[in-house]
Amino acid sequence: MCDDKNKDLTILCRCEDITLEEIREYINQGVTDLEQLKRLLRVGMGPCQGRTCTPLLVNEIAKATGRPVKDIPLTVFRQPTTAVKLGVLAGGINHE
Amino acid sequence: MNKTAEYVIIGGGVIGCSIAYNLAKKGAKNIVLIEKKYLTSGATGRCGAGVRMQFGTETNCLLAKKSIEMFENLEEELGYQGSIEFKQGGYLLLAYTEKMVEQFHKNLGVQHKLGIPSSWVTPEEAKEIVPHLNIQGLLGATFCGKDGHCNPFKTTDAYAKAAERLGVEIMTYTEVIKLLARDGRITGVETDKGTIEAPVVVLCAGSYSRDLAATLGIDLPLTPERHQILVTEPVEMMQGPMVMSFYHGLYCQQVPHGSFVMGLGDPNEPKEYNYNGTWQFLHEMAAKVTFLLPPLANLRVVRQWAGLYDLTPDRQQILGSIPGFEGLHLAAGFSGHGFMIAPMTGKLMAEHILGEETSLPISMFDFSRFARGELYVEPSVV
Repeated sequence: MCDDKNKDLTILCRCEDITLEEIREYINQGVTDLEQLKRLLRVGMGPCQGRTCTPLLVNEIAKATGRPVKDIPLTVFRQPTTAVKLGVLAGGINHE
Repeated sequence: MNKTAEYVIIGGGVIGCSIAYNLAKKGAKNIVLIEKKYLTSGATGRCGAGVRMQFGTETNCLLAKKSIEMFENLEEELGYQGSIEFKQGGYLLLAYTEKMVEQFHKNLGVQHKLGIPSSWVTPEEAKEIVPHLNIQGLLGATFCGKDGHCNPFKTTDAYAKAAERLGVEIMTYTEVIKLLARDGRITGVETDKGTIEAPVVVLCAGSYSRDLAATLGIDLPLTPERHQILVTEPVEMMQGPMVMSFYHGLYCQQVPHGSFVMGLGDPNEPKEYNYNGTWQFLHEMAAKVTFLLPPLANLRVVRQWAGLYDLTPDRQQILGSIPGFEGLHLAAGFSGHGFMIAPMTGKLMAEHILGEETSLPISMFDFSRFARGELYVEPSVV
């Protein structure tokens, strides 16, 4: 838990090291669209694909906009489900 | 929400936002930009975002050269608070056949005439530029150190914010249903939120421009073609340039964030609106890239996605007016290289729309070239 002095160090997106404060700054500027937050801040673009940060982000957006959590559209979850090495994916295919 | 505007721009990608900014900068008032979803939700946000001057036609070389000069100062020009993450690590274009070698030398001739600092490099020199490159079968390459990569989301955001500061209204999550015209001139657009009357409409909605033009009976020769991309986990910087092989149809770049972004073209793709990713792509991409750049085999793929090229028969954009509909302008058909020429395209389109002389000629990109049978083929596109 961060103390008050270091409140800007509350990491919300662990993969991309994005803090709660950075996210609130964007939300305060009017960026309350999860798709836009993702693209401008890289939240949810890391290896965990937003498994940790997306619910937290949705809560932040809901709080800021007064919209119910269920009405906040989620971003697209993209394959692969888990990070896979290129070498593994290439395995079995003959190189010319 | 029925309203009026002076200019309606359809499409919130980098082209639309660049046109909006350039129009507003020239003093145009009452501009509305309409985007179906969120900014960059179409081709811009799905592109590989490479930026290169190494093209095969003089006009694309010039458009790209001027655009790169603009990218270099874009943050200052647009007063952007963040970074557009412009990295000029160069582009290394690989040649694997005699025919490619010949074409690349031809391209270099065009490029050098225009002052583009590209050069021919031997396989050994290519390996000096990218030490982890497998040069098996490589006949040579061309390299231009001024080419590079830029963050497409940030670049579009920078244009959009600058445009808004100049008074442009940006309407996201608003879909244009059809274009409206009367007596041979454009009168506005009908959206899912009402009608916007306007004497000037600029269509820059990527592949969707075709469907919108069709609402006026205009047949745009645009076909959507799916292209897939993947991104790896970020690692220490190890690759300066974008590595591109027309032979393998692929490109691979390490972005400033540390991730590798790579994609493949497949000419056999069905020409339809398809945003689904496939496992075949993952396998093919992985096989080709680990052959070309073997150490990448250890990198993990984090995400893959698909986007659409808006392809024209000659792989060249269509810029200018549409005959028969006064006030209707088009900037579409970028065939996979729209992002990198967006700064200059926005400027040229603003000049054209305002009836000024354009800083570079754009007549070769006009819509009527297809009817005249004057195709203007760009040889250097993946």
